[in-house]
Amino acid sequence: MNLQGDRRLRRRRIVNRLAEGSATVAALLAVLVLGIVVWSIAKRGAGELSWGFLTKDLPLFGQPGGGIAPLLVGSALLVGIATAIALPVAVLIAVFLEEFASPRVGAAIQLCVDLLNGLPSIIIGVFVFGLLVYGHPQNGWAGSVGLSIVMLPLVTRATQEVLRLVPTSQREGALALGASRWRTVLGITLPSAAGGILTGTVLAVARAVGETAPLLFATSIFGRTIEWNPGHALPNLPVQIFIWSESDLPEDHARAWASALVLLIFVLVTSLTARLVLARTRRRMG
Amino acid sequence: MTQELRGGRRLRDRFGDRLLLIVTSAAGLGAVVLIGFIAYKVIRGAHLALSTFGLPFVWHTAWDTNKNVFGAAPGLYGTAVTSLIALLIATPLALGIALFLSELAPRSLRLVVGSLVETLAAIPSVVLGLWGILVLGPFLADHVEPWLHNSFGFLPIFSGTPQSSGIFVAGVILAIMVVPIVASVCRELFLSVPPELEEGALALGATRWEMVRGVVLSSSRPGIGAAVILGLGRALGEAIAVTQVIGAGWFIRSSLFAPGDTLASRIAGQYQGAVSKLQIASLFYLAAILLVIGLLTNLLAQIVVKRFAFQRTGGS
Repeated sequence: MNLQGDRRLRRRRIVNRLAEGSATVAALLAVLVLGIVVWSIAKRGAGELSWGFLTKDLPLFGQPGGGIAPLLVGSALLVGIATAIALPVAVLIAVFLEEFASPRVGAAIQLCVDLLNGLPSIIIGVFVFGLLVYGHPQNGWAGSVGLSIVMLPLVTRATQEVLRLVPTSQREGALALGASRWRTVLGITLPSAAGGILTGTVLAVARAVGETAPLLFATSIFGRTIEWNPGHALPNLPVQIFIWSESDLPEDHARAWASALVLLIFVLVTSLTARLVLARTRRRMG
Repeated sequence: MTQELRGGRRLRDRFGDRLLLIVTSAAGLGAVVLIGFIAYKVIRGAHLALSTFGLPFVWHTAWDTNKNVFGAAPGLYGTAVTSLIALLIATPLALGIALFLSELAPRSLRLVVGSLVETLAAIPSVVLGLWGILVLGPFLADHVEPWLHNSFGFLPIFSGTPQSSGIFVAGVILAIMVVPIVASVCRELFLSVPPELEEGALALGATRWEMVRGVVLSSSRPGIGAAVILGLGRALGEAIAVTQVIGAGWFIRSSLFAPGDTLASRIAGQYQGAVSKLQIASLFYLAAILLVIGLLTNLLAQIVVKRFAFQRTGGS
């Protein structure tokens, strides 16, 4: 009897160990995959990376050498314009949702923001193609509009979260002192949320800069030199990495790895810093 | 004088309040309009294909630019199968990670491992796809697929020769993209389980696993469902990484090692230009199908989440 109970206990313990072990292995596996991805990109990309690679024009087809300067400029322009479109709209939506909307209206708009967030980015690409490219030449504006749709729900969400962290007492204090609603929002609520909005925007930029699908039909056929005019197709990192990765030439693969390394470094550095700052803000405010 | 000043200020305040309300509510309305406009534009673009092929487009298998005949079936099949593979691999892994982060890991490790898993989600899909086609694909073709073929080759899905690009590789890449999403949602769920319940189970003599199974998992089941559906939404719609690794084949093969296409990857794969107006309209038609599936999936996840939150908070 006693022995039997002992055996059952041992079995329960073993099952417990196994379960704990597999959960730990799962976590290790995820970290391992991240490590392998980052390591193999660093290993293959670092060889090609040089000052010349970062500052030269794109290579002629089938020729050695060349660089990715036009891609860096184009990506910066595309994401910059996208941020200029998405940030103000997103902040306004968030202010409406957190400060004004009735529960029912708020829920409907919130749902739409969440649906936008879940929208496959290729759909955004097709939408922008139909809206701004079909029947015209490709152009950077269309790409930026696509990226801004990717960023919009992200920045809205982030802004909502910080707005919720602004203490109600601050708002009530301002209102009790006789400040009007709009002065309270512009003078008290938004300034104390500014840091959080900024980090949320940086996270959205880190996401948008690697998005390929919204650009694929808008700005994928471009020249090999630096292009400053968003009225023309803008060379950009993600689309060019995509094109090089589909190529059969080993030198194109080498360029793809090096460009991927540049993109990855930018994305990881910005999103990690933003996350750290965000965690600190949350701890301070919440 | 003071009277006048006060009056002026009040007027300005009233005007400012009104203006802020109008501008912000216009922006809020804009989000609703945007979703509607996207749907309208995509369906409008599909008009020619809709009137030419009608609903049978959905189950026709052709994609013939010479004869101008198009259908969506292979893409639907590819989307379903790659997403299924992704979820089969990702769900248990994500649950394990979430349990590790919420129940097992020491506090210091939680933060590090948690942010590493989130970092996995930050890798741009085009970069992951590049890695997929040049590193993961060859690895799976050399090591994993032969093993599956030798052990389970009697199943039609594991028949055929291993290849470094195809449905199976796409499923694995999608699993890597889905894991962080499902894991982070589940971790939040598990952390929100009332500690009294967990401690109660432990005090009754349950082992940690029994506590997890009886309390944490069973009380989070609908939430886990929603997390998996969110992951599904991501897997269905991913275009770029899948295009890179799936090998572009518009047919339905029983073997998972064979190349294929998803709705999203077919659209992305045709970026270099379509031949005819009908072909462009057909791509829009594919996008419209994907849009409907994507919206429904996300809606479903939202409904499950809402209902679950209601249940857990007792409607407060």
